Amino acid sequence: MNFTSKHYDMKRKTIYRSLFLFGTLALVSILFQLCKPKGPAEVTTGNAASQAYVAPGKYDEFYNFVSGGFNGQMNVYGLPSGRLFRIIPVFSEDPTSGYGFSEETKPMLNTSHGYVPWDDLHHPALSTTNGEHDGRWVFGNANNTPRVARIDLKTFRTAEIIELPNSGGNHSSPFITENTEYVVAGTRFSVPMGDKTDVPISTYKENFKGTISFISVGKEDGKMKIAFQIKTPGVNFDLARAGKGPSHGWFFFSCYNTEQAYTLLEVNSTQKDKDFIMAVNWKKAEEYLAAGKGEKAKAKYVHNWYDEKTHTATSEMLNEVMQLDPTVLKDMVYFIPCPKSPHGCDTDPSGEYIVGSGKLAALIPVFSFTKIQQAIASKEFEGDFGGIPVIKYEAALHGEVKKPGLGPLHTEFDANGNAYTSFFVSSEIVKWNVKSLEVLDRVPTYYSIGHLCVPGGPTRKPHGKYVIAYNKITKDRYLSTGPELTQSAQLYDISGDKMKLILDFPTTGEPHYAEAIPASLVMPNSVKIFKIEDNNHPYVAKGESKTNVERKGNQVHISMTAIRSHLTPDNIEGVKLGDEVYFHVTNLEQDWDVPHGFAIKGANNAELLIMPGETQTLKWKPLTTGVFPFYCTDFCSALHQEMQGYIRVSPANSNIPIKFSTGKTEAPAGATGSK
Amino acid sequence: MTSIKSTSRVIIVVASLILVAGFFVPLWQILMWAPQYPEGLEMDIWYNDITGDVKIISALNHYIGMKHIEVGMFPEFQYIVYIIWFLIGFGLLVAISGKRFMVWLNAGVLLITGAAALIDFYLWGYEYGHSLDPTAAIIVPGMSYQPPLIGTKVLLNFTAFSGPDLGGWFFVIAFCLVILVIILERFFFNWKKT
Repeated sequence: MNFTSKHYDMKRKTIYRSLFLFGTLALVSILFQLCKPKGPAEVTTGNAASQAYVAPGKYDEFYNFVSGGFNGQMNVYGLPSGRLFRIIPVFSEDPTSGYGFSEETKPMLNTSHGYVPWDDLHHPALSTTNGEHDGRWVFGNANNTPRVARIDLKTFRTAEIIELPNSGGNHSSPFITENTEYVVAGTRFSVPMGDKTDVPISTYKENFKGTISFISVGKEDGKMKIAFQIKTPGVNFDLARAGKGPSHGWFFFSCYNTEQAYTLLEVNSTQKDKDFIMAVNWKKAEEYLAAGKGEKAKAKYVHNWYDEKTHTATSEMLNEVMQLDPTVLKDMVYFIPCPKSPHGCDTDPSGEYIVGSGKLAALIPVFSFTKIQQAIASKEFEGDFGGIPVIKYEAALHGEVKKPGLGPLHTEFDANGNAYTSFFVSSEIVKWNVKSLEVLDRVPTYYSIGHLCVPGGPTRKPHGKYVIAYNKITKDRYLSTGPELTQSAQLYDISGDKMKLILDFPTTGEPHYAEAIPASLVMPNSVKIFKIEDNNHPYVAKGESKTNVERKGNQVHISMTAIRSHLTPDNIEGVKLGDEVYFHVTNLEQDWDVPHGFAIKGANNAELLIMPGETQTLKWKPLTTGVFPFYCTDFCSALHQEMQGYIRVSPANSNIPIKFSTGKTEAPAGATGSK
Repeated sequence: MTSIKSTSRVIIVVASLILVAGFFVPLWQILMWAPQYPEGLEMDIWYNDITGDVKIISALNHYIGMKHIEVGMFPEFQYIVYIIWFLIGFGLLVAISGKRFMVWLNAGVLLITGAAALIDFYLWGYEYGHSLDPTAAIIVPGMSYQPPLIGTKVLLNFTAFSGPDLGGWFFVIAFCLVILVIILERFFFNWKKT
C-alpha cells in the first residue's frame, strides 16, 4: 500500500511538473507570439474620420492636381476628402470627351513625329505670382515624347502644348520661376544633337549632350515659347526647382549618371560617390541672350494651342531654337557635388536652402544659397566637369541630415520651417527642421512612397495642414482587383507635432508629383458655359435656322445643332458611299451643366462631348450603304432618349440630292401609289 | 381751395422723382427653384424689358407646352414708359399747384396705375399658364402653370415666387409718401386753424 501510495505521490508530482513545464512553455510561446512584429495593418486613431469627412453638398478646402503618370492625364481631387472630380485629358487621347478624336482637338496631340496618342505625365506645376500660387494655370510634362502642356484653370482644359527639341525623356520639368517667367524642361536622356545624330551609342562621352530648355510664359495669355536652351555635358537630368526670394534668378537641377554610362545604368551610373546639382543663373542667361551671345540651332518641334473662340486647335511646326553654351559663356552654370544619384532638388520657402535627395544616400545634404554665392565669388572650385566649374561640396553645404531614413526622394515644406522628405526604401515620411537639421518625426506609408505634397509646399507661403503621400506599391490596402491594382495616396494631418494618417484614397494612372491649392483661388474663376455669341467656329450654327448640309467634292459638311431635346437636322439624305462626312455639332444651350453628346453607328474614332456654346466635329466615313442612326450620348433631359436622328448613305453613283430636316414628316413615297 | 405746406410740396416732388429710379432697377421679380436648380432661376420685369434667365426658363417650360417668353409678348412695354413719365409729370404738377384735392388725385392715379399693372400681370400669367401647346411632351391632366401673382406657389418640380423688386418697392414708397402728405395735411399742419 505504502509503495503504491508513494508511487502515486510521485506520479502526481510528475504530472504537476509536466503541467507546470507545459504551462510555462505555452506562456512563453504566447508572449513570443505577442512580441512578433505586427503587420502594417495600421488603423487610424482619434477623430481621423471626421477630419477627412466632407459632408454631402459641402466643398473640399483644396484642389489636388495629381499627375496621371502613364495615363498621360492630370487628375483633379478634392482634399481632405480624396474624392476624384475630373481627369483632364492632356497628353493622351480621351474617347469620353473626344479629345484627340474630334477634328478640333487632333492638332493638340500633333508632334514632330506625327500624331502621338499617348504619353506619360509626371509633374504638375501650378502658376505662381511672387512665389505664391495664383490659380491661373497648371503645367504638365510629357516624359516620353518631350513636351510641356499648359492647362487653363478657368476651363480645366489643355490650352497649349509645346514640344522640346534636343531632348529625350522630359523628366526634369515643368518647374517654374517665381512669377511664372519660365517653365523649365531638362532632358533625362542626353542625346546626340545637331547634324551628328547618327552616331555609335558607344560615343556617348563625345557626342551626347544634355539640354535645359527655358520656356517663356506670356504674362497675360500664358503663351509658351522656347526662349533658350542651355547645352550641357551628357548626363541625366532628374528634377529641378527655381530659386525664390533671395535666390530668385537661379534654378537648381539634380543630375545623375555623371559616370556618363550608356548601358546598364543600374550598375554603371551608380559608381561615383557624388553626382551633381546644377545651379543655373538664368538672369545671366537672359543677359547673354540680349547681348546676342546665343546661337541659332536647327530643330524641328511643334507648338499647339487651342483657341476658345473658334473652339479649334492649331499646330505649328517650328524650325530653330536659340542655344547658349556655358563652356563659352562663363558665370552662368555651376555644378555642386551631391551624394549618390540625387533625385529631388527642392528649395525651401525662404529660398535660402536647397535640399538634394540622393536616392542611394544615407543622409540628406542641405545647401545654402548664400554659401554658394560666396563659394562662387571666392572661386572655391574643386575642378570642372565638361568645362563647367564644380563648387567644393563643403563650401556650398549648410549641413547634412544624419540617418534620416533609406532612399530619400522628394522634399516639401510647411510654413513653420519644417521639411517633409519621402523615403522610398524605408517607406516613410520624415519631418525635420530645415535650419537645425534635426529629425522631428516619422510616419510609415503604405507602401513605398514616391512624391509627396504639402498644399502650397513648393511656394514661398506653404498652407501646410496636410501632407499627401503618393505611393508606388498598393498591395493589400484595398479590395483586390486581380493582378492590376488601384494606385494609392494617403493623407496625413501635419497640424500638430506628430504626423497623423487620416485617409487612404485610390488614384488613377500612376500618381507622381502633385500640387494642392486652396479652392478659393480656383473655383470662383471656373467657366460655366461658352458664350454662343463668341463662337467663331467656321461651321457653327448659331440657331436651328442656321443649320446646313453642304457638299464639297466628296466631303459633306453638316452644321448641326443640339438643344434639349433634339438634333437639327435629324433626317439627312444625299450622302454617298466614298464620302467623308463631318458632323459639326453646336450645343445651343447657354445653361450650366447641360452638355450634349454625339455618336454615330460604326464611327472609327469616338464620341463628341459638346459643352454649352461650343462646336465640335466628328469625322465619319461610312463603309456601306444604308440608314445609320445617331444620338445624344449625354443624358441631358427628360427626353434625352428621344434625342436621335438618321442619316442615309446611298451608292456612289446614285443621284439622291442633299436633303435635311427636323420635325418634317412626309407621306411615305409608296403610300400615294395606284389602287 | 386750401394750399398745402411747402414741406408737403417737397415730399410730393420726392415721391414723383423716386419713380425715375425704376428706369435703372427692375420692377418685379419671379424666382424659381427646382431640385436641379438649387441656385435658382430669376426673371426680372422692367418698365419695358424682361431680363434674367429667361431663355433657360423658356427652354424648361417648353416640355409642358408653355410659350417662349420674349419681349414681343408684352404689348404693354410699348406704352408703360409713357405712363410712368405721366405719373412723374403729374406729381410735379401737384407740387406746383399745391392744391389739396390734387394730392388726393395723385394718390388715386398711383393706386389705379398699380392696381391696373397687377391686373394686367395676372391676366398675362393666366394666359401664359393656361394656353398650352397640345403637342407638348409632358401633359399633366388638369394641370395649369399660372405663376403666382404675389407669393409662393409649387408648380410640378418648381417652386415659384413672385413679388416686387426694387422698382416695385419704389412705386410703393412713392404711393406711401403721397398718403403721408394727406395725413400730414389733414391732422398736423392745419389743426390750429380748425
